[in-house]
Amino acid sequence: MPTTVMTERIAVRSPQKSPAVRASFPVKAREQEQVPEPVVEMRAIRKTFLDVVANERVNFSLRPGEICALLGENGAGKTTLMNILFGYYAADEGEILIHGKKVSFASPRDAIACRIGMVHQHFTLVPSQTVLENVVVGSSGGRFFLDMKRAREKLCALQKRFGLAVDPDAPVWTLPIGGQQKVEILKALYRDARILILDEPTAVLAPLETRELFDTLRTLAAEGCSIVFISHKLYEVMEIAHRVVVLAKGVICAERSVSETDERELANLMVGHELAGKTATARKAGAALLSVSRLTVRNDKGLDAVKDLSLDVHSGEVVGLAGVSGNGQMELADALFGLRVPTSGTIVLDGAALPDGNPKSRVDRHMGRIPEDRMTTGLMLDLSVEDNLVMEHHGDFRRSGMLDREAIGDHAEGLMCDFGIKADGRRAPARTLSGGNLQKIILARELSADPKVVVAAQPTRGLDVGAIEYVHGRILEARDRGAATLLISEDLDEIFALSDRIAVLYEGRIMGIADRKYATKEQIGLWMSGIRDVLCA
Amino acid sequence: MRLVLKKRAPLPPWIRLLVPLGAILVTLLLSAVPILAAGGALWPSYASLFKGAVGTRYNFLETCVKAAPLTFTGLAVAFAFRAKFWNTGAEGQLLAGAIAATAAGVASSNLPPLLALLFVCGAGFLAGGAWAAIPAVLKTKYRVDDVVTSLLLNYVMWHIMGYLLFGPLQMPGSSWPRSAAIAESAHFPILLAKSRFHLGIVLALAAVFVVWFINSKTVFGYQARAVGVNQKAAAFAGIGVKSVILKTALLSGGLAGLAGVGEVAAIHHHLLMDISPGFGYSGIVIAMLGQLHPAGVALSAFFFSGIAVGAQSMSRITGVPTYIADVIQGMALLVMLVALLLTEYRIQAVRD
Ligand SMILES: Nc1ncnc2c1ncn2[C@@H]1O[C@H](COP(=O)(O)OP(=O)(O)OP(=O)(O)O)[C@@H](O)[C@H]1O
Ligand SMILES: [Mg+2]
Repeated sequence: MPTTVMTERIAVRSPQKSPAVRASFPVKAREQEQVPEPVVEMRAIRKTFLDVVANERVNFSLRPGEICALLGENGAGKTTLMNILFGYYAADEGEILIHGKKVSFASPRDAIACRIGMVHQHFTLVPSQTVLENVVVGSSGGRFFLDMKRAREKLCALQKRFGLAVDPDAPVWTLPIGGQQKVEILKALYRDARILILDEPTAVLAPLETRELFDTLRTLAAEGCSIVFISHKLYEVMEIAHRVVVLAKGVICAERSVSETDERELANLMVGHELAGKTATARKAGAALLSVSRLTVRNDKGLDAVKDLSLDVHSGEVVGLAGVSGNGQMELADALFGLRVPTSGTIVLDGAALPDGNPKSRVDRHMGRIPEDRMTTGLMLDLSVEDNLVMEHHGDFRRSGMLDREAIGDHAEGLMCDFGIKADGRRAPARTLSGGNLQKIILARELSADPKVVVAAQPTRGLDVGAIEYVHGRILEARDRGAATLLISEDLDEIFALSDRIAVLYEGRIMGIADRKYATKEQIGLWMSGIRDVLCA
Repeated sequence: MRLVLKKRAPLPPWIRLLVPLGAILVTLLLSAVPILAAGGALWPSYASLFKGAVGTRYNFLETCVKAAPLTFTGLAVAFAFRAKFWNTGAEGQLLAGAIAATAAGVASSNLPPLLALLFVCGAGFLAGGAWAAIPAVLKTKYRVDDVVTSLLLNYVMWHIMGYLLFGPLQMPGSSWPRSAAIAESAHFPILLAKSRFHLGIVLALAAVFVVWFINSKTVFGYQARAVGVNQKAAAFAGIGVKSVILKTALLSGGLAGLAGVGEVAAIHHHLLMDISPGFGYSGIVIAMLGQLHPAGVALSAFFFSGIAVGAQSMSRITGVPTYIADVIQGMALLVMLVALLLTEYRIQAVRD
């Protein structure tokens, strides 16, 4: 039975999880004088999009059993490089060698045949199909009929081996984001991937889910899989990777073994300057500008996701709403944004109740809204950068019923400069911008309109450290101007860095509210897992 | 060895202009195959097709006459599709417009010409718009699929027309399904001597400009495009998605209605069952061929009309049946779709 053999192997290898042993991986290999052949070698890769150079002279290699982290600012070209390796784009110049053999991928299909798998920044699952169907789709091996029984056995074996627990018969749309990601990974493994590319996998995960993912990755690496891990979170990179490659403006600017570097140096290499490490200084809060009272909101499945929730946010304060994803954050944010009609309760902005399910009223009453789902809610990817920047306030650029294109252009130029949005001009389709720059468009649009209340859901998800510093600075700036800010985030560091008060959402209810000065991560962590501290109750 | 599609890097915008012209050229070249198959001699056929379409003053103006309703229906479809209101019902809206124009035209015998024309156009526009509003309301209120409803309403309107032409609108004393003639004051004036070049053609050109202006210059045009590319984000931005869809439907249906007005007021001067040889359906193809751009719609309407008019003289001279026009028009769409595919992807041969 292969499964038992595998379990044994995992058991033997699991001591490797200790950081010291893990970090020494490349060193150990060198000692034995048998540096393993690289499984992947990308040589002198160059890729351009019209005028934008996304990759230039990139030499990138990957050894068996190695976890290599790819770091770089938003738009540095990480995703592009990996898309080339995955056969999604063709490089303009350069060559790719797999196990020393030159290959040329015409499509991801060829890459999959070379046992490469990729989990994209944005998932590619079919929501209405089950986990098993999603995993199996497209891998029938050329045969007409699928052997579902064998497929199921193979899937279950994989799940046991790598600790990727999801119900094979659950429809994908019912899974939390973390579960969907497991399906993506299973999909790659099902196709026998030995080279696994993960593009910002942890951006959507709660801390606990990240732990699970890391255990899986370690098991995979111990079995000889090579892994490329893209992330903006430096401590994660330090924890999981053996080697770090830093990209800047499409060029590799540094390469370090994890054992010989630290977070400070990596941050420096990426951004090119020291980070200030800004934390909020507590301020005196004014009147309540945003009052939520007794709000109950249903989720898509018709169950109460937010239950009788009340919360006040005052002028000049940031209230951080922490919690593990799927505890009602999305439904609460949607109700606040006017996208979802609550079943009961009221939302009052600066003394006047907001009509339910009416986004326009939020725009009119100066609520700055940063939605979690920037690709489909916050932006129109097919429109230009300038059109996206006036999405909400295009009415202000009206001149006798016509749009004043010139004013819109000037407005865009100004914001792109102020917020450092990197794009191929203001007329470039938003689709061509990198993830971080897309987020900057939303921030520019929402925060430049001098909002009274800001509701920000996961505002720095997927951003590089420089951009995060920047976003945090902007949010604090808005607060200092007197805005009442509700920050919904699953990132505890972010919550602690910005909030004046911290509230924890658990199963749709507020577990507790604490002043940042007296709160500890342990206590917030307990609340997040539904355990109420007796002393603070 | 197999062929795969690879995504291209984005092409510069001027390619968009070249694509339809190239597609038309390729279509004309490919037309050789059915022409030869139908037993036509190649050069005489092409020559007579071309001459029949635009070769003489009369033929050219005749092509314009036929292009007018196609421009209206093409615009109607393109304007709706841009906001992702899938209006496949231009045919029914055209008929609604024609019926209303007939009723108004018959009733306006005592009106001065200018008022009569306004009355006829207004009635046709409103009737078309109202007919298009039905699928829009069903879509926004009850989430009924607009492709299906707008398409099926074509047949409903055709039968309503049949009822009216055998009933209330039937010419007194006639047993044919045919209405009384509209008042002379409601006739579209002929603008060029010794031709049928009428007011409706100028109106169609004006409509091209108006639609372009709305699309690219007005707040409503921006909102419609936003709803078209991403409804969820549009709603988030505070755009009234339902009202945008409803207004789009009204205007789209109105444009299709004007196509019907022209056929009644300029060509036939009364209503009959075969008032439209499928102008509404052709409008869908024309809108796609013109890439939903108003100027593109006008050009492809002219191309369609030229092929149809030219095919008649080709058939007289070389004996190739006039059905060849349908074949060429169908090919044009296919070639265009392939060309659009190739602007986004390129074909690559790979060895296994
Ligand atoms: N399809 C495309 N068309 C045009 N430009 C593109 C396209 N894809 C990427 N780019 C450009 O190439 C550059 C690199 O983008 P890429 O997505 O690789 O960045 P990234 O390092 O993954 O950033 P992030 O951390 O924000 O995800 C950016 O300037 C981006 O605007
Ligand atoms: Mg990326």
